[in-house]
Amino acid sequence: MKVKQLSVFLENIPGRLAAATEVLRQAGINIRALTLADTTDFGILRMIVDRPDDALAAMRQAGYSVAETEVLAVRLSDRPGGLASVATELSRAGINIEYLYAFVGTHGDEAIVVIRVEQIEETISVLTAAGIAVLPDREVYNL
Amino acid sequence: MTISYMPELEGMDLEARRDLQLERLRRLTDYVLERSSFYPPLLREAGVRAGSDISSLADLTRLPFTRKQALRDGYPFELFCVPRQELVEIHASSGTTGNPTVVGYTAGDIQLWRMVMARSLAVAGATAEDVIQNAYGYGLFTGGLGVHYGALELGAAVVPMSSGGTVKQLKLMHDFQTTVITCTPSYSLFMAEEARDMGYEPRSAPIRIGILGAEPWSENLRRAIEEAWDIIALDIYGLSEIIGPGVAQECQAKQGLHVYSDVFFPEVIDPESGQALPDGEPGELVITTLTKEALPLLRYRTGDIVTLDHSPCSCGRTTPRISRILGRTDDMLIIRGINVFPSQIEDVLLRVEEAEPHYHLLVDRIRGLDTLEVQVEVSELVFSDEVRRLQELKNRIKREIEGVLNLVVSVKLVEPRTIERSMGKAKRVTDLRGQRENT
Repeated sequence: MKVKQLSVFLENIPGRLAAATEVLRQAGINIRALTLADTTDFGILRMIVDRPDDALAAMRQAGYSVAETEVLAVRLSDRPGGLASVATELSRAGINIEYLYAFVGTHGDEAIVVIRVEQIEETISVLTAAGIAVLPDREVYNL
Repeated sequence: MTISYMPELEGMDLEARRDLQLERLRRLTDYVLERSSFYPPLLREAGVRAGSDISSLADLTRLPFTRKQALRDGYPFELFCVPRQELVEIHASSGTTGNPTVVGYTAGDIQLWRMVMARSLAVAGATAEDVIQNAYGYGLFTGGLGVHYGALELGAAVVPMSSGGTVKQLKLMHDFQTTVITCTPSYSLFMAEEARDMGYEPRSAPIRIGILGAEPWSENLRRAIEEAWDIIALDIYGLSEIIGPGVAQECQAKQGLHVYSDVFFPEVIDPESGQALPDGEPGELVITTLTKEALPLLRYRTGDIVTLDHSPCSCGRTTPRISRILGRTDDMLIIRGINVFPSQIEDVLLRVEEAEPHYHLLVDRIRGLDTLEVQVEVSELVFSDEVRRLQELKNRIKREIEGVLNLVVSVKLVEPRTIERSMGKAKRVTDLRGQRENT
């Protein structure tokens, strides 16, 4: 259930994203989902990739500061209200969503989003009880 | 040329001064043997048991050197030669990493300070008729109070502005008809720019003299300041361990700074070997305080690199001159008049990151004011997936550094391995201020 997400520290200047993704290209890594959180000086590149352990090793080898974080991949209907239902369930349970982003590509009439929460076990229970699908990690890497 | 202020000391015959220095050196030796807890073992080790063992000024080289670390180790009052009740003023350096350096004054020491500072103002050409606007910082920093005491002793009118509040500075400068400005060289240039922004032409101000110091400055900067204000801009030198400002002052001949060698005996040595160097050769300035009561120092190593010149000056004064500061023996920087050691920043980063940090200091000067950017590599140890945590880290580093240095800095988090490393020591500092002056 817990999906490995890679986070990489990047300076907010031209060329840094290109350099980081080039490392992944050279390691033959395919990015499944990504988001870039920015501040004035720096950004955090967050990614779900097909081979997280290899990607982590490759980025570290290239000298980047990387972190591995556990996140969840949730399947929602790709219709207005899809996300709202997930957000409402979590809000009712008092669970805070730190951040969230969507997977690239299409998956039929469904959307898949990555959620980062503090209480990961509780979130799995709450969503499962509400009939919302939480994807197993192996499935996520091969989406 | 006639010397207006204290000519008997400023224009003293060289042999008479040497006799005076020798007499004072002997008395100083007896004084510290009797009153100091720090010097006696060092003096006995050097075979000096009494002032009478000093037979000539050449015997000064038998006395031990004193380094800043001794003051730090003796924190707060262990190096003082008088009971605390006899202190009338106590100052401390602003740094809070490790122990600050504490200096103290008896009533006699304050009188000494008044005297050397009055001499400094007079050497620069100021008189009792002048209005002196003092924009050096008042507080623990000895700059503000030092100039203040000198002005009182000289009989000039002092306006205790301290630093900052530029709009008010300029208004009072105009309304009070200030004739002498005392501040750091970079601040004087900053004020000139602000004046122009306010629609006030600095060249029309009645200021005739600038007595500028607390940071190194070049001939280029002097020309720019003199041009901006239509004044003569002269260098003042001092350090709080010796007295504060008032150790040496540049006269209007602009051929070096006169050291008050009747009270502060200067030597220039090779910092590696400790050997005395001849006049004209750059080396570390070492000073012996001949008459101080609370904190007398024998052969104090200032860390400043200068050349010494004992030849007569065209101004008529016979005191020896030092060049402007040519550099440091250590890696100390002066930013906006404040002494900064890269190691202070390193200590903060070690505390915050709990691991050896890779950092780089970028020093620049923007609109005349020094800036310091501390670039810190984000190691995996401190990297967090949450932006908020990285922001907190950055802010914490900034707060801690500012607390230690008493200086506003900016902090930039950078990627690992972006800070240049070389064999052994990384290049810690890039100082762009030198380039700025040439544009």
